[in-house]
Amino acid sequence: MRARLGSHVQAAEPGWAAEYEAMLEAYREAGGDPEILSLPRLAALVVSANRVLASSEVPGVRFEAEERPNGILARITVAPGARPERPVHLCFGMLPPEGLQEIESHFEIGASADVRFLTHCTFPRATRLRHVMDATIHVGEGASMDYTEAHFHGPHGGIDVLPRASVQVEAGGRFVSTFSLVHGRVGRLEVDYDVSVGRNGLAELTTKAFGRADDHIGVNEVLHLDGEGARGMTKTRIAVRDEAVSEVSTTAEGNAPLARGHMDCAEIVRDRAVASNTPHVVVRDDRAHVTHEAAIGTVNRKELQTLMARGLDEDEAVDVIVRGMLR
Amino acid sequence: MNRDHASGSGGPRSRPQAALLRAEGLSLRRDGRDILSRVDLWVRPGEVHGLLGPNGSGKSSLAYALMGCPDYVTEEGRVRFAGRDVTGLPMTERARLGLTLAWQEPARFEGLCVRDYLGVGPADGDLERIEEALEAVALAPRAYLNRPVDRTLSGGERKRIELAAVFAMRPRLAILDEPDSGIDVLSLEDVARLIRRMADAGAGVLLITHRDEMAGVADSASLMCQGAVVATGGPDDVRTQYRRSCRLHMESLGRQPWNGESGPQAGRETA
Repeated sequence: MRARLGSHVQAAEPGWAAEYEAMLEAYREAGGDPEILSLPRLAALVVSANRVLASSEVPGVRFEAEERPNGILARITVAPGARPERPVHLCFGMLPPEGLQEIESHFEIGASADVRFLTHCTFPRATRLRHVMDATIHVGEGASMDYTEAHFHGPHGGIDVLPRASVQVEAGGRFVSTFSLVHGRVGRLEVDYDVSVGRNGLAELTTKAFGRADDHIGVNEVLHLDGEGARGMTKTRIAVRDEAVSEVSTTAEGNAPLARGHMDCAEIVRDRAVASNTPHVVVRDDRAHVTHEAAIGTVNRKELQTLMARGLDEDEAVDVIVRGMLR
Repeated sequence: MNRDHASGSGGPRSRPQAALLRAEGLSLRRDGRDILSRVDLWVRPGEVHGLLGPNGSGKSSLAYALMGCPDYVTEEGRVRFAGRDVTGLPMTERARLGLTLAWQEPARFEGLCVRDYLGVGPADGDLERIEEALEAVALAPRAYLNRPVDRTLSGGERKRIELAAVFAMRPRLAILDEPDSGIDVLSLEDVARLIRRMADAGAGVLLITHRDEMAGVADSASLMCQGAVVATGGPDDVRTQYRRSCRLHMESLGRQPWNGESGPQAGRETA
């Protein structure tokens, strides 16, 4: 089934209203505000497992969805020059503790459009669940796309999350992505982003995650700065404790004159956790410039002692610092 | 100002019975070098006690040792605070008793906004108290509450926010390590006013400074040199002694102080 969805938020099928309400309640429990979805002039798409529960469009923003056995195929089109007043909300999740959700999405952001996406992924009861996001994103000439994806997981950690994206930013375009998994257990996370940036384009990738117990965090991000004057940055903020493991690999390629790239990685390690960072710097033009910085280890002593001098004990101080870093 | 105890002779003050903070014979060695050498010092409630001395004389080390920083555990001597021996207490416990420290170079916190930072500890997120603290350092709450306490703040702004954090804590005794460094001349008055306000509310303040304008806020003062307190008394006398010692130091290096013996630059040049 491929359906063009309705023009206001509503349950697509009456029988799914209860599941829609349950999704919103799970989102609320995870710290989100489902009331946002009631706002007027809001584009939103709510998907549970392989069912589109609700949708709404605004002028210039169009959804097409096709339900598949284990997920959906979604095409999200923003018309050239469109500038939606509010962020477009995408809600994905699964309420059962076990299962597979595969979201294949294709974003087409028209030239000179300016759009923000807020994506919430909610898996409150996962014990044996796999969530795959495969996205292609095309940011047209002079267009701007902000994409924020926040995950809300339950306490069990039995979940695999695999967000993958292939992004093309055309000349003068701008793509800013923030991926955040700091609520609940991570389980296994494998972020895999590949971004190409054209002339005078910009890409910023921020990834934040907090691993506990035996969580595993993998981040692989590649920036191809292909156009003259292209700029790109990766910013990775990860905290791991207990026996969690974090492996970060970032690549920035300066492939054109005046391309500028920077990779910035900070990881806080506690207990028996392990963190690693491998930056790859590739420069193919003598006028390009790529830099990197990484700080991995325990909490900064000065920050820690500053908070302890306010009366916080060490654990409380670490908590404040980590929460700040992952905000 | 409470200057009744300031000695006109520049000699040591009589040992008070009601000291809020008292260091007795504090000694600290590191890498085979004496960092602190049998330091005696005390601060009373409602008193601003200036701590002067050239760079490397041990002022900041003394501040960290009094606060109980883990890297500054003293080998000898005792620290008493509010009538209690806190020598073995960790800094968290000292802070919970009402002792705190504003760092010379305050830390920067990624992702933490001013409101969160000032709300940590005894302020417990109390917005009214946080706003009062910002106003006390002449920063408009509306403009600063949501600013991150990170590299986007200038050095002077960060220093003022550090002072506001201490003020919001309403400590019984605040150790202020060069609160005036990085602060523009016009704002020094705000900082001085804040320090007096804390003291007038009954808090003790140990004020580490190089600047004459700030030392003028003090009710009493001590001079440190090579890890030892070499003079304690009225602030004017101690400042005079500081300038004199700086002048001697400059002369020993074969240089002239650039603003004469009595000018405030004499001390700063050496520092």
